[in-house]
Amino acid sequence: MIIAERKPINEIMEMVKDVKRVLVLGCKGCVTVCSAGGEREVEILASLIRLGANKQGRTVEVTDGALVRQCDKEYIDGLDNWKGKYDAIVSMACGVGVNFIANLRPETIVYPGVNTSFLGGSAEQGVWSEQCAGCGNCILHLTGGLCPVARCAKSLMNGPCGGSQGGRCEINPDVNCIWQSIHDRLERTGKKEDMLRVAPIRDWSTAGHGGPRKVVRDDLTV
Amino acid sequence: MSDFTPNIRAFCCHYTSQQICAEGDEGLNREGFPKSVAIERLVCSGKLQVSAILKAFEDGADGVYVVGCPEDKCHNLMGSQRAAKRVGAVRKALTELDVEADRVEMYHLERGFHPEFVAAAQEMDRRIKEMGPSPLKGGKK
Ligand code: SF4
Ligand code: SF4
Repeated sequence: MIIAERKPINEIMEMVKDVKRVLVLGCKGCVTVCSAGGEREVEILASLIRLGANKQGRTVEVTDGALVRQCDKEYIDGLDNWKGKYDAIVSMACGVGVNFIANLRPETIVYPGVNTSFLGGSAEQGVWSEQCAGCGNCILHLTGGLCPVARCAKSLMNGPCGGSQGGRCEINPDVNCIWQSIHDRLERTGKKEDMLRVAPIRDWSTAGHGGPRKVVRDDLTV
Repeated sequence: MSDFTPNIRAFCCHYTSQQICAEGDEGLNREGFPKSVAIERLVCSGKLQVSAILKAFEDGADGVYVVGCPEDKCHNLMGSQRAAKRVGAVRKALTELDVEADRVEMYHLERGFHPEFVAAAQEMDRRIKEMGPSPLKGGKK
């Protein structure tokens, strides 16, 4: 899922410093699961904005709400529920949500309430880590299911750099060298020879280096 | 600051607040429990959400504290540890807003009757009196 984290409150207070009526808008998708921008976090941020404004000696009217998702046109229509009740939105969805509101509501002022961090998962409660960088040309079948694009500090394609020590990455001993893990896994699963394949020079255009990406499915378009 | 009577909210779990049930407000005040503190009892301190602590500040509290069982002896195992983490989250948020983090506190106390329950309230009363009214009230009484 998409992992996000609430922005520092002062940063948000600065965004809304001249706003009289704020809609804090959560998303019931990824950011609810990673506890960054679901209904619970909306309630907290709404409260903090009111308290912060009080402290500045002004009153703001804060409404809280949430949409099923903010990354689908149909759900953005749900904004009509709060029509005329806000001057700006602080969206607690990932950046996709903020962009979608900006795309679809040309007149609406929308600010990001979270920092969209990465694509990842939660291996233990309260801890999330990056697993995939959305490169658009997945090579996990060659790497034992472990991603060198997202999980190698240098996104190397042909084995570890010279800095890997004791199975740890040279950038930080708390980080596994993913190439060591790939090697170990390939060995355990009887696919050690995959390590010897030389990955060709990669075309990174699918990874966003060729501009914004788009997926079009003819069988689904109307 | 002498004419300032703080408004302090205490969220106490069922187990650490037995004294209030037994003695009632008056009995507790006789033991020195400050009148500035209003207690709200919870089945478990782990039930308390961050938003409820913030709401207390929105409702005009100058200070808020939570009383739960000793960390390693919580009746519900992890309840008071969870509460402490949530208090920590509010402390962090207050700091971000440039408000004294010490306006919110977590106490881990034994259950039943003991002077520490009263002492915690007295400590908060003293602390908040020293700090003065919460800036989060924006000058409101
Ligand atoms: S808007 Fe973002 S957080 Fe919400 S469901 Fe869509 S991708 Fe996930
Ligand atoms: S190779 Fe690309 S698509 Fe596959 S997991 Fe890594 S970043 Fe994601």
